[in-house]
Amino acid sequence: MTKSQNISVIINGEPISASVPLRTNLVDFLRNQVGLTGSHVGCEHGVCGACTLEVDGSMIRGCLMLAVQADGAEITTIEGFADREKAAQLQLSFQKYNALQCGYCTPGMLASALEYIEAGGKADRAAIRQHLSGNYCRCTGYQSIVDAVVAVIEQGGKQ
Amino acid sequence: MKAAEFDYLRPSNLGAALDLLANESADVQILAGGQSLMPMMNFRLAQPELLVDLNGLEELQFIRQTDSHIQIGSMTRYCELETSSLIQQHVPLLSIALPHIAHSAIRNRGTIGGSTALADPAAEMPALLIALNATIVTRSREGQRSTEASKFFLGLYETALDSGELIESISIPKSTTGSACGFYELARRHGDYAMAGVAVTAQRTDPINDARVVFFAISDRAIRAETVENHLNGLSELTEEGLENARKEIDKLDFHGDLNAEVSTKRHLAKVVFKRAIEEMMR
Ligand SMILES: Cc1cc2nc3c(=O)[nH]c(=O)nc-3n(C[C@H](O)[C@H](O)[C@H](O)COP(=O)(O)OP(=O)(O)OC[C@H]3O[C@@H](n4cnc5c(N)ncnc54)[C@H](O)[C@@H]3O)c2cc1C
Ligand code: FES
Ligand code: FES
Repeated sequence: MTKSQNISVIINGEPISASVPLRTNLVDFLRNQVGLTGSHVGCEHGVCGACTLEVDGSMIRGCLMLAVQADGAEITTIEGFADREKAAQLQLSFQKYNALQCGYCTPGMLASALEYIEAGGKADRAAIRQHLSGNYCRCTGYQSIVDAVVAVIEQGGKQ
Repeated sequence: MKAAEFDYLRPSNLGAALDLLANESADVQILAGGQSLMPMMNFRLAQPELLVDLNGLEELQFIRQTDSHIQIGSMTRYCELETSSLIQQHVPLLSIALPHIAHSAIRNRGTIGGSTALADPAAEMPALLIALNATIVTRSREGQRSTEASKFFLGLYETALDSGELIESISIPKSTTGSACGFYELARRHGDYAMAGVAVTAQRTDPINDARVVFFAISDRAIRAETVENHLNGLSELTEEGLENARKEIDKLDFHGDLNAEVSTKRHLAKVVFKRAIEEMMR
């Protein structure tokens, strides 16, 4: 029988209790049990960044944390970021600058970009690339993603 | 892939964790930041029967100072080290090197104890700890012991840790006036494991002394290059000739190739990173 444990978490502001199999990682729990399919799963070993989401205020890899480890934590996924000012600006900016094509990397890319901007990151292309270095995009070539992030920092979303 | 089944316990104090680790009948593994262990479990390279999660142990999360040392609890995360003013002030080498370790989301979870216990030959932390003359403090139910970093890393993923033992803290001498440091690594992408890297420290007195030169990602473990150090110690200033003599010794180190680069490439890159790290140290 699958070994499970009960957890209580707050996801995008909503308290949720569930029984999770011990071996289930956080992003699979969110996608398959909670139905929040915005966070993506690519490599399952921390390299691609598609599963990046926020736990207790830090951006982390959803594939490298067990769901049981999140017991008692506050989790924010791409579905919840939309309420944050800078995230909403980033989403518009990604559209405007064509910073996505297939969109597979986008939830993780937005999470990492949001972390950079909310920490007061400057509109410095090299620093932005360095911060986003943990997120793979196989479509855009990154240029347009950096454009979109720079625009949000420079214009505070007025575009 | 997904991890195989395991049992999971999250002890709330160090004593309880040590009791669980003392169980020799099961394959017990410590879970720290999970940034190396979880990938290994997802690949099924690791299939522990019981995971002992140390994330509930506040007693292993600290950065403190004594008159002469900085002490870091093993469950301290890279991101905490990056923003610590004690580290910036007293262990500048760590501050310079930390941004090169993986990516921000990995540094938000990964711990100094986890990287030290793993002893990946391409990881920065073992080399940094040897260059800093750090001491690794370990504990089991039988008690505590201390091991110099230069005697802790024994080979590929191999350390002086005994079964039933965990890393409790790491103690690093504070840098003093006159001490200087440099760090350089070459990686394919910022934050990836290095293809070759080096950490250097020395007393920039006249002449230079107490040089420590530690390479990583070139062998089966972080290696201290005493033959290279000997050419730096005693120099009044760093001449092109002195540097060239030191660089010649690099050829004789015990190089191992990996997926990134073969031995001849590593040998070349080791000289490049050495030159750049020394330039940074002498700036
Ligand atoms: C995409 C990616 C890129 C990375 N790039 C780099 C890089 O460039 N450089 C680098 O150095 N690392 C890199 N890492 C690895 C990262 O630094 C890990 O965080 C680190 O190697 C292990 O620390 P952890 O706390 O995550 O340990 P875990 O993964 O939890 O544990 C690692 C091992 O150490 C054991 N262990 C953990 N804590 C203790 C303890 N206190 N006492 C005894 N044993 C213990 C565990 O049982 C396990 O065997 C990368 C990881 C990823 C996913
Ligand atoms: S799925 Fe988590 S980093 Fe790729
Ligand atoms: S938009 Fe396709 S991977 Fe980034």
